Amino acid sequence: MRFPTSPAATIERSHRTLRWAMLTPALAFVGLMIAFPLVYTVYLSITDAFGAVNAGARPVGLQNYGDALTDGRRFWPAVWRTVVFTIGAVLLETVLGLALAMLMRKAFRGMRWVRTVLIVPLLATPVAIAILWLLILDPTNGIANRMLAVVGIGPQEFLGSVSGSLPTLVLIDVWQWTPMITLLLLAGLSTLPEEPEEAAVVDGANAWQRFRHVVLPMLVPTLATALVLRTVDALKTFDILYATKGPGGGSAFEVETLNVLAYGLTFDYQEYGLASAVLVLFTLFIIGIVVLLRRRAGRSES
Amino acid sequence: MVSSSNRRFNRRALGRLVVAAAGTAVVAGCGRRPPAPDDPLRVMAVNHVWSKALRERLPEIEERLGRRVSMSLLTADQLAGAYNVKLNASTTDIDVMMVRALQEQALFARNGWLADLTGHVRGDAAFGWDDFQEAPREASTVSGRVLSVPVVTERPVLYYRKDLGEPPRTLDELLETSLRHTDPQNGVYGYVGRGQRSGAVTQWSSFLFSFGGDFTVDGRSGIGSPAALAAYEFYGTLLGRAGPPGATNMSLEQAMPIFAQGKAAHYIDADAIYTNFLDPSVSTLGDRVGFAPFPQGPAGSRPHNIPSWSLGVSRFSQLQDDSWEFVRWASSPEMVAGLQAAGIPGARRSVWADAATLAAFPADLAEAMRVNAGNGVGHDRPKVLQVGRARDIIGRPLVTAILGQPVGPAVRDADAEFADFLVRDNRHRES
Repeated sequence: MRFPTSPAATIERSHRTLRWAMLTPALAFVGLMIAFPLVYTVYLSITDAFGAVNAGARPVGLQNYGDALTDGRRFWPAVWRTVVFTIGAVLLETVLGLALAMLMRKAFRGMRWVRTVLIVPLLATPVAIAILWLLILDPTNGIANRMLAVVGIGPQEFLGSVSGSLPTLVLIDVWQWTPMITLLLLAGLSTLPEEPEEAAVVDGANAWQRFRHVVLPMLVPTLATALVLRTVDALKTFDILYATKGPGGGSAFEVETLNVLAYGLTFDYQEYGLASAVLVLFTLFIIGIVVLLRRRAGRSES
Repeated sequence: MVSSSNRRFNRRALGRLVVAAAGTAVVAGCGRRPPAPDDPLRVMAVNHVWSKALRERLPEIEERLGRRVSMSLLTADQLAGAYNVKLNASTTDIDVMMVRALQEQALFARNGWLADLTGHVRGDAAFGWDDFQEAPREASTVSGRVLSVPVVTERPVLYYRKDLGEPPRTLDELLETSLRHTDPQNGVYGYVGRGQRSGAVTQWSSFLFSFGGDFTVDGRSGIGSPAALAAYEFYGTLLGRAGPPGATNMSLEQAMPIFAQGKAAHYIDADAIYTNFLDPSVSTLGDRVGFAPFPQGPAGSRPHNIPSWSLGVSRFSQLQDDSWEFVRWASSPEMVAGLQAAGIPGARRSVWADAATLAAFPADLAEAMRVNAGNGVGHDRPKVLQVGRARDIIGRPLVTAILGQPVGPAVRDADAEFADFLVRDNRHRES
């Protein structure tokens, strides 16, 4: 038996229908493009998928996770390199970015030019940057060694050396991404009130004390956001590592981070099951770090 | 006012609309329409002199097929990646595939990506399958089925600077003269070659064979043998002490320009790349470059002689007959003779027997190629499913050796890893 419905309820229902109609394309897009690949990756990670994903795979439980976590030759060194690369790059970028932002905080002649030049590395594509640096740092024909020779320093191997590759790539990353931190912090600095700093000047605080005890605490929310953004990005770095050192992160796997390892397992070895397990572990690792950073930032802010 | 039946209709209509739209999308995405007469034949090839030479001759086959031929050229890594992505999705976008019989063919065969050409090659007397050299023919065959036709063959050759003296005849001589010519202060090195973990393995194979070793012996790892250890140590000393800085980062693309610019006395790499040293726009060598057979090691001169590139047909292609016609044309005796006469070595015995096809090569290169082909071993990497992974394992001690670190422990570790790998690889093969 049907009850007569009020006009208000009817309109409410038709709105609800319309709402779903409007939401459907977005939901379908998210489902197809994000949720499905994620779920499929988790599914592959518990199978022995190898060679072709459409060739039929058998479930193997958590064996791939076990294989990855007990792999001392490739997996754990890759975790270590991912951490070293990220900490090295983000730390240097934050310090340099903050210093540059403080220098450029007050308006000066040619500021617009300097800011424009600063953005250039951000605009270049990573592969172009990789090729540029490969040419500059080429041990035999590169300009870097010629310049070093002028000041009496012998030829360096840079990206050609096993031990020097990761630090060199950290520096290239710093060259490219420090401007982003600077721009974010400049935006943050422009929103800070001037009164606390003026009060500190009146109280006789010097420049360092004003920076350390007044500006920096106020800048923490912006700094935390920049840090999280850059950390996640640095953890996931792939293009510049692959473009400079090739498959496996170089001859001694010297720049093989988790991302490079997962790519190699997928496209060079066709070990889709194991690669998916590494990717799931990598995702959990990133989520863990972001949660940790957010918590710490929250504590600092409070 | 909206009636309740109208509302139901709207909801149902919405539901149907969504299902219909999704259904249409799925059908449009997965459905396969029959090939149209104006669909092109799609050929995926590596960026190689062979592909470029063939591309110039395409009008001939287009006329014969009555169909346009679209040829995409990619680097070897990009090509492998494209196959992985596209064939995993069972795409019909690829008809003819240029494949490396020794690198990915076994895996593609396991995946069921390559069409069986046995009937075509054996059932066509004019094609002359038996005219192909035995090693390349064997490499094209997986479990009795012919899956590809070899089109480019390759051997290592010793490139040397004629102005610096005679070519070394033995590996010991090579090491000794290379060390003598090394002068880092003036940017001159005695030897340059591939030192990158995976890329070096195929070139190192000739050293390994010439020291009396092989990658596998009776299905077990052979890289821990005394012969392999000696080959590792020799190559490490040669490239580490007489090579340029950054040698472990060098594959073909990095090593070749160093020799082309006159900065190295010796260079061993594929004979197929010799034109790079004769072209004045990329090489400063001019007539100073000489060519010699692979030097002799303790077990003689045992260079590899392999089919570096072959043509196969995708199993998902909807133009199977036209694809075979293309392969047949591209590997016909006339085509192979024409291309070899233009400096691109093929795999047909009749063509090699015809001295006129070698006239385009410098005389000492033609002689070196002939000698190397006679001494040749039919593989330059282990015959396994996951060749990429195997090369990464085998190449590890090479890098250690080049860096001047103790080779013994690295070889023992790699030997154990390779033994585990072979067990796993066999399991994959049987599954």
